[in-house]
Amino acid sequence: MIPLTYMMSLSAIIFAIGVAGVIIRRNILVMFMSIELMLNAVNLAFIAIGSRLGSMDGQVIVFFVMTVAAAEAAVGLGIIISIFRNRETVHADDLTLMRW
Amino acid sequence: MQTLIQNLIASGAFGKNPPRDLVAAIVVFVMSLVVFLAIALPFAGIVTWVERRVWARIQSRVGPNRVGPQGFLQWLADGVKIVCKEDIVPDEADARLFKLAPFLVMLAFTLPWAVMPFSSSLILADLNVGILYMTAVTALTVVGVLMAGWASNNKWSLIGGVRSAAQIVSYEIPAGLSIFPVVLMTGTLSMQGIIRGQGWAPQHWFLFANPFTFVAANILYMSSLAEANRTPFDLPEAESELVAGFATEYSGWRYACFSMAEWGNLFIIGAIITTLFLGGWQFPHVTNNVVAMNVLELITFSVKVLFLVFLSMWIRATLPRVRIDQLMTACWKYFVPISFVNMIGTAVWVAIWPDGNVAMGYIMFAGAIALGAIFIQRVIYYLRRSQMEVYLNPTI
Amino acid sequence: MPPFLYIFLGALAIVSALGVIVQRNPIHSLLALIATLMTVAVLFIGEDAVVVGFLQIIVYAGAIMVLFLFVIWLLNLQVETGPTGHLALKLFGSLTAALLATELFFILAPPHLQVKFTHEPVGYGSLASLAGKLFTDYLVAFEVTSVLLLAAVVGSVALARRLPGTDDPRAARKTAS
Repeated sequence: MIPLTYMMSLSAIIFAIGVAGVIIRRNILVMFMSIELMLNAVNLAFIAIGSRLGSMDGQVIVFFVMTVAAAEAAVGLGIIISIFRNRETVHADDLTLMRW
Repeated sequence: MQTLIQNLIASGAFGKNPPRDLVAAIVVFVMSLVVFLAIALPFAGIVTWVERRVWARIQSRVGPNRVGPQGFLQWLADGVKIVCKEDIVPDEADARLFKLAPFLVMLAFTLPWAVMPFSSSLILADLNVGILYMTAVTALTVVGVLMAGWASNNKWSLIGGVRSAAQIVSYEIPAGLSIFPVVLMTGTLSMQGIIRGQGWAPQHWFLFANPFTFVAANILYMSSLAEANRTPFDLPEAESELVAGFATEYSGWRYACFSMAEWGNLFIIGAIITTLFLGGWQFPHVTNNVVAMNVLELITFSVKVLFLVFLSMWIRATLPRVRIDQLMTACWKYFVPISFVNMIGTAVWVAIWPDGNVAMGYIMFAGAIALGAIFIQRVIYYLRRSQMEVYLNPTI
Repeated sequence: MPPFLYIFLGALAIVSALGVIVQRNPIHSLLALIATLMTVAVLFIGEDAVVVGFLQIIVYAGAIMVLFLFVIWLLNLQVETGPTGHLALKLFGSLTAALLATELFFILAPPHLQVKFTHEPVGYGSLASLAGKLFTDYLVAFEVTSVLLLAAVVGSVALARRLPGTDDPRAARKTAS
C-alpha cells in the first residue's frame, strides 16, 4: 500500500489549490467549485487514514460530507441565481451592498 | 480472472518471473479488446440493420436489402462510408472539447461491458458492487453529451444537450430506485450474485417474484429508454425540430462514435434488465460439460437481451414522441413516487417472506401468460376486422 | 493498485485541480473539476472505499456537476475577458496557498498523526460494512441528513422561484425602488 505521507500531501496540495481558488478568483461560481475541491481534499484524507486504521468511520464521514456537499450545491446555486437576477453579475467584487 | 493470470504466469508464456501487474494489465487489455471488438462493435453495427429492417416491416416497407444477403452487410457499408467522410470541426466551436466529447461518450459505452455477465464464467470482472458500477459509469454519458452540445456552439446542439442532460439526470432517479427491490431481495450488488438468486424457470425470476418487482422492472425499462434517448423519449435528437440534437455539428467517425454508443446502449439496457429481473443466463443443468453449459447460458442470455432490444425497436416504430413537460411529469410525478412504493413494498414483502413466496411466482407468471394471450387475441381480432393482408415472411 | 498508478492519478488530480482555478472560461473550469473528482473517486477505490468511490461518481458527475452546468448556461456566462483578479491578490493567494500546503504537510505528517497501522478487517469497504456503521453508530446523523436534504430542497426552490405576479424580477425591483 502506498505510504500515508503521499496521500496526505496530495490531499494538502488539493486543499491549498482550493483555498487559492477562493482567494484569487472573483467569479462566484468558480469560488464555489474551489469549495468543492476543498471538500474533496478532506474526503481523500479521511479515506486514506480510515483505510490505514482499518476503520469504517472515515468512509461514513465521507458519505455525510457528500450529502452536505449536495445540499450545499443546491442551495448555493439557488443563491447565485437569485443574486444574478437581482444584480446581473456573478463577480464577487461587484457585490458591495453589505461592504462597510 | 485471478486464476487465469496465475495460470498464464505459471505456464511461462511471459518468461521467468514476469511482473505480476504487467501480466494482469496485458490480460485485461487483451480481454477487453476481444469483448469490445467481438461483441460490442458488431452488435452496435448489426442492430442498426436489424432496426431498419424491423421498422420497415412494421411500416409495410422493405428496408435495406441490397448489400449482402438480405442487406445484412449494410452496417459495414455504412461504417466504411462514415469513416471515409471528412472530420469537420466548426470554426466557432470550442475545438478541444468538441474533439474530446465523442471519446467520453464512447468511454461511458465501453466501461459497462466489464461487468456484463454473459454466462456463469464469461464475465470480465465480477465486482461485488457490479450494479452500482453499472449505474456510475453509465452516468458518465451525460458529461460527454453536455460537452458535445456546448462545444458545438450551435443552438440546436445546445438545446439537445440540455434536454438530454435534464432527461438523463431525472430518469436516473427512478432507474436507481428500481434496482433497490432486487438488491433487497438478494442482499448483494454483484451481477453474478443477483443472477444466482434467481432460477431458470420464469416463476423464479425476480420479474414475477412479487407485484412490486414487476412494476419496478417496467419502470426500469422505461427509464432506461429515456436515459438512452430512445423513442418515445428521444427529445434530445428530435429530428423535426433539432436536426440531430447534440450531434448536429459532428461528422465522420466522431458522429459514428455517438451513433454507435446510442445503439450499443440498447444491449446494455437489455443486459441490466435481464440480469436484474429476467434470470440472466440461468439455464437448467442439462450437461456436466462446462464449455457446453457456458455456451447454452450465453445463448440464453443473448436471446433475452435481444428480445428486449427488439421490444425497444417495436416501441420506437409504434409510439410518437412525448412532449418535454409530459416527459418530466411522467418522471417526477409518477415514476419516482411509484419507485418509492416499490422499494418499501418489497422491503415489507421480504420481511414477511424472507425466502420469497413461490406461489406468488406461479400466480404472476400465469397472469403474464394470460395478459400475453389477451394481447395476441386482440391483435388477431383487429387484423381480421381491418381485413388486412398479412405477409408473415420477413424476407423480401 | 500498483504505486505508479497512484503517482499518475495524483499528478492528474493536481493538474486538473490547477485547471479549475487558472482557466478563464467557467465551463472549462467545471470540466477540470469533473476530472479532479473522477480521479479522486478512483483514488477512493484504490484505498478500498469502493462503494463511496462509485457514489462519488454518481453524485458528483451525475448530479452536482450537471446542476453547475445548468446554472452556468442559465446565467449565460461568457469567457472572462478582463483579469481574473488583482496582481497583488494573485500573489497573495498563491503565497497563502503555498504556505498552507506546507503547513498542512507538516501538521499532517504521519508521525504527528500517530496512526496505528492495522490490517483491514475482512469485508472492509463493502456495502455491508458501510451500512452496518451507518445504521448503528451513526443512525441519528443519518436520519438528520434526511432533514438536511429536505431543507435544501425547500430552500433552493424558495430561492430560485419567481415572485407571484411578476414575470420579470427586474421589473419588480424597479417598481420597489
